[in-house]
This record gives sequence, structure tokens and C-alpha cells, in this order.
Amino acid sequence: MNQYVMKIDKSSQYLMAVLLIIPMIMLVIGVYGGLMQTLFRAGIVQSDPFMGPDYYKGLTMHGVLNAIVFTTFFAVAFGNAVIPYALKMAMNMTWAWVSGILMLFGSLMAGIMIYIGEATVLYTFYPPMKAHPLFYIGLTLLVVGSWIGFFNWIPMYLRWRKENPGRKIPLSVVGIFVTFIVWLIATSAVAFEILFMLLPWSMGLVDEINVMLARTLFWFFGHPLVYFWLLPAYVMYYSYMSELAGGKLYSDGAGRLVFYLFIIFSIPVGTHHQYMDPSIGAEWKLLHGFFTFAVTLPSLITAFTLAASLEYAGRKRGGKGLFGWMFKLPYFEKDRWLFSYLITGLIIFIFGGISGIVNASYQMNTAVHNTAWVPGHFHLTVAGPVLLAFMGMSLYLLGKYLNKEVKMKGLSLSVPYIWMIGVFIFSWGMMRGGLIGMPRRTNTGPTYANPDSVLFQPEWISYIDISVVGGVIMTLSILIYAVVFFATVFSKKREGEPELTFPVSEAYHNEEVSWLRNFKPWIIVAIILIVIAYTPVILDVLGSTYGGSPRFDPNNPIPY
Amino acid sequence: MDKSEKFALGLSGLLLITFFVAILYASVAKNIQVPTCITDVEPFTTDTLFQVGEDEYELHMIARMWAFQPSTVTLPAGSTLHMYVTSQDIIHGFKIENKNVNLMAVPNSINYMSVTFDEPGEYFFACHEFCGAAHHAMAGRIHITEDDEVEATGGDL
Ligand code: HEM
Ligand SMILES: [Cu+2]
Ligand SMILES: [Cu+2]
Repeated sequence: MNQYVMKIDKSSQYLMAVLLIIPMIMLVIGVYGGLMQTLFRAGIVQSDPFMGPDYYKGLTMHGVLNAIVFTTFFAVAFGNAVIPYALKMAMNMTWAWVSGILMLFGSLMAGIMIYIGEATVLYTFYPPMKAHPLFYIGLTLLVVGSWIGFFNWIPMYLRWRKENPGRKIPLSVVGIFVTFIVWLIATSAVAFEILFMLLPWSMGLVDEINVMLARTLFWFFGHPLVYFWLLPAYVMYYSYMSELAGGKLYSDGAGRLVFYLFIIFSIPVGTHHQYMDPSIGAEWKLLHGFFTFAVTLPSLITAFTLAASLEYAGRKRGGKGLFGWMFKLPYFEKDRWLFSYLITGLIIFIFGGISGIVNASYQMNTAVHNTAWVPGHFHLTVAGPVLLAFMGMSLYLLGKYLNKEVKMKGLSLSVPYIWMIGVFIFSWGMMRGGLIGMPRRTNTGPTYANPDSVLFQPEWISYIDISVVGGVIMTLSILIYAVVFFATVFSKKREGEPELTFPVSEAYHNEEVSWLRNFKPWIIVAIILIVIAYTPVILDVLGSTYGGSPRFDPNNPIPY
Repeated sequence: MDKSEKFALGLSGLLLITFFVAILYASVAKNIQVPTCITDVEPFTTDTLFQVGEDEYELHMIARMWAFQPSTVTLPAGSTLHMYVTSQDIIHGFKIENKNVNLMAVPNSINYMSVTFDEPGEYFFACHEFCGAAHHAMAGRIHITEDDEVEATGGDL
């Protein structure tokens, strides 16, 4: 298929370089933190040469840089490429720069606060543990920057609709818009939490905070956050993967339906993170559990549609029989290296999805909540399909925007496979340990993994060590990736002007579905479901919490 | 939608309904619950353990930076323990080893779960929500004995 080619101007080029390179540095720092955590947990190190002896400071850095900063930057950068390309329209660069600079500024502010030890509160920043006000302000700027990035695309979308009456919006645009609609609704709750609760309280303007309310608002945001991570990867799976595999997207309508379902079911589910909390009625926890199952439906449709698309590609490439097509896909082809980043992510996601259904299953959550099972699970999602798709696409965009040939394609091809092996080993160790009670967010080194401690837990040791092995392999994969990435950054330019193309897939079934054309009805349904799901939860919380909490420093049991 | 899509969609729907029915079955027929406590009393400020019936005990536990009060509880085998948990400062949490008890301890709220210990032995629990510098040293044990000892001790382990 002949793909549209878009010229890239200087301003977009520089902005994209900033939005890709800076978060990549942050990712490398964050991943270093992850390696250190596994070593701390096993008692192999007691102090980190850069971050010092405080495990939890490093863990805060790891969570914030990897899961918030890297992902948000990438989502905006990806949108800045997809929207002008798919709509064939220039973007307003002034606002795009404002968005990028705010995000950069905010991330640095939050990162510095963590680094100097003023924000050791983990990426969930639950009160009444208090961080420096600049940490909260930094996160707010990051979010506001991402909003501006989104708002900048809306006039383009509206103009396109006016100029192209009756035509279907490109699927990739639907995906990016859904990503950011979910993000906007979700972040409004955490913005409320920060601006009206945490910030005045951390600055000493008010003395007390309602801990359960803050926690509930956080999880209103916290679950859709994971779909904000996942949806850009879905855009790549639906819009590009089939073309990369040499086939067609099985159904365009299925893709649209999936994205729209995410608008309605992403948000009224957050209480499934609070199954073990007080002050929320069990019936409402169950309702959120029910909606959580509803949101697995689009993922099951995706599993089918993508498998069917890949089967089509495999058969076209000569695959025979029931499973023969699986062996004909371009797993190790240098000039289709992006495919290997996507397919490995999908394989990892099978296990991420299954373990996620376990977490969501109401009473079953009792067996796993806050145990090491949980980080085991989400390294199979956010550090699986999300990370690999983002790394692959970052490298792809880097080559296009900087007008460079991606270097060492063979080496780059090994990255996702090494990561897959590493993360499977790592997560297996964490999850098995979690099932016998090993807690998450815990530096097991000095106590539970220490034979000299009265708290020593001999059964946990082998699982802690397995996670070290996995962690080392994962780190190796990221190091190779960093070499490829920066070798590309510093390589010589190609001849000619920079141009952007995407491997956009054709659809095998390209049906016209009239009710899959407009965001508005889906947003309205989403809001109705949110009101139904969250009104009773908030009322329960307000009705059965008593008084507020003063400020606590993580190192001191006496409030101040 | 073609035939295979309809089939796959139907199968997915069926799968999810099966899961959900299993959850309902577990909560209604098997009475396996998640913790809930919508109280209308203010959280307690001292920890206690007392008997409320034959083989039934009520425990008021306070989590604080960085210990559980009490941190060791001794009960005879066959006891049912009604656990009420709150926090004196920030958020803590724990899960009892080999038991379906997993509770967040949140200041200004009370959490509740009941659990029956049939097998004698030692049941370990560790704080599982980050609660500051010594979080990884915050743990406790429930001893289930063959004889009729009842005791709640500690603060520090
Ligand atoms: C070499 C690679 C990595 C290693 C070895 C690693 C290791 C770990 C470990 C051991 C924990 C659990 C710590 C604890 O609960 O005490 C953790 C938490 C976490 N990791 Fe990773 N990780 C890696 C990469 C990543 C990546 C790429 C992401 C996201 C894109 C990520 C996201 C997270 C998040 C969000 C947490 C939770 C932090 C918290 O509980 O506050 N990790 N990681
Ligand atoms: Cu969730
Ligand atoms: Cu703790």
C-alpha cells in the first residue's frame, strides 16, 4: 500500500526530539532504580551510589519516572505525530511547545523534589504522608501540559470533520482522542485532590486532610491511568501492526467499538483498588467489580481481532494448517523491526491480562492485594506491551523526525525478546512470592530476607532471588536499547528533508457503523456511569470517616 | 460482524458472566466477603482483646509507625476472631499468612474482618503499605495454640 508522506518542519522536528530524548533519559534512570530495588530486596546492596540508602526514595523515583513521566511524554509525542499525519493538517506549534515545556518543567520539579528527599511518598502520594508542595505542583504542571497538548488537536479534528463530511475519522485519530478523553476525565479528579486538598494542606494553609477521600479520588484517576498507558499501544496494534506483518486489520469496526467502550468503562471501576479499604460499602465495591469485568470485554475483542489479523498475514505469507500461520510472521526481520516490539508485547499481555482478571475478582483480591503479586502483574502490562510499544515507536519516530537511519537494527531486534524473557522471570518470582504473603513496596533486605533478623522469612528467599535474575536481564535489554537509541541520535543525517510515514493498515472488513462515528454519546454515557458508580462511594466515605489527619514526614511518627 | 466475530464475542461475554457468577456464588453461598465497615462510632484509641462468645474473640488493633498493637496475639485453636483495625497516624495494611485476611488500616476509619483459625500454628503478618522509614520492620504474629491460652502483647516485636 502506498502510504501518505508528510513533510516535517524544523519546529516539529526539535519539539519531537525533546519529547522523545528527555523521557528516554528518565526511563533509563528509572530502570536503574528498578534494578537497584531488586538488589536491595535481596540484601545484596544496602545503599545506592546515586540515590543513597533510602529504598523508598528510589522506589518513588522508579514509579514516577517510569509510570508517569515517560508514559505521559510519549503519549503526547505520539499524538503530535499521529494527529497531523492522519488528518493531513499542520499543527499549531506554539501551543505544542507550551505543552512540551510545561511537561518538562513539571517533571523536573517533581524529580528534583524526589531526589533531594522531599517527596518520598511513592507515586501514589497517599496522605497523610506529606511531600513538598513543589512535588505536587510539578505533577500538576505535567498533567496540565498534557491537557494543552490534547486541546491543541481538537480544532484540527473539528476542521477535518467540517471539511470531510460523511467520511470516517481515521482509526488512529479515534484511538488518540479516546486516550486523551479518558485522561482528561480521570485527571480532573486527581487535579481536584491536589489543588483543593493536598496542596493547601502541604503548604500549611489547612491543618487536616480526609485521607479516605483523597485515596478514593486518587483511584478515580489511578485505574483509568492504566488505560491511558495502554491505549497508545492499542493504536499501534490496530493501525500499524497488521501492515507491518504484511496483512490487513481484520475489522475496522471492531477497533472503533473497542476504543469507544474504553470511554465508558475505564473510569467507574476505580474502587477495585480499594476492595480492602474501610469506609466503602461492599455492594459498591461489587458494582465497581462488575464494571471492571465489562472493561475486559474490549480487551477480549482486541485479542480476537489482532489474532485474526495476524492469522491473515501469516496465511498470506504461506502459513498452512490451523497454527502454521503463527510461524510465518516476521518475528526476526530487520527491516520490520517494529513488529517484534509489538508482538512480544502482545504475548506478555496475555499473562498481564489473566493476572489482572485475578486482581479484579472481588474476594480473590484478598489473596493478592498489596503483595508482591501486584508488581509482578503490572510489569506484565505497563512494563510489557506498553513499554515495548512505546520504545519501538520512540525509535521509529526518532528516525523519521531527525531524518536518520535507525542504527544497529539487528541489535534493536533483540531488545524486546530479551525483555520478554527477563520480565517473565522477574514477574514469576514476584507473583509466586506474593502468593505466599510477600508484601509489595517493602525493602525486604534488612529484615525478611536477612537470616540474622527475627523477622527472617526463609520461604521468600528463592522468589526474591528469582526477581533479581529477571531484573538483571531486563536491565540488559534496556542497556542495549539505549545504545541503539543514542547511536541513532548521534548518527549522520540522511540525504533530503525529514518526512513522516506510518505503516497504516488497510481493513479486511471495513464496515460502516453509524453509531461508531461520534464521541459525544459515549462521553455522556461515561458521565452517567461515573455518577452512578461514584456517588454512593463518596457518600460512604464522607459518612464514615471521623476527622482529618495532620501532616506526617515518612521518617517521623510525630506529626507536624 | 462475520460469523467468527459473533462467536468470539459470545464466548467472551459468556466467560465474563461465568466469572461474575462465580464471584456472586462465593459471596452469597460461601459467604466469602471483602472487608467493609461503615461504622457510626469514632475509631478507638487503645487496643484490646476480649471474649465475646464461646470460641469468639474481638480484637481492636491499632497500626502505627512502625508497629502493630498488639503485635502478638495468642488464641486457642478453633477461635473466631473479629478484627477491628484502625491507624493512629498514616496508612498501613496487612495480610495474614495462609488466611484470607487482608486489611488496610486507615486513620479516622475502622476496618473489619472476621476469621476462624482451626489449625494450630503461627500466622505471620507484615505491613504491606509503605508507611515510612521502618516500614519493612513492621510485622506481627498470631499464635494458635492447642490449649486455652488467650493473650495479646506487644507493640514492638
Ligand atoms: C529493569 C527493569 C525493572 C526492574 C528490575 C523493576 C523492578 C521493580 C520492583 C522490584 C518493584 C517493586 C518494588 C516494591 O514493591 O517494593 C517495581 C515497582 C514498580 N515498577 Fe518496576 N522495574 C523495572 C522496570 C519498570 C518499568 C519499565 C516500568 C514502567 C514503565 C516500571 C513500573 C513500576 C511501577 C509503577 C512500580 C510500582 C511502584 C510503587 O509501588 O510505588 N518498572 N519495579
Ligand atoms: Cu485498576
Ligand atoms: Cu508499613
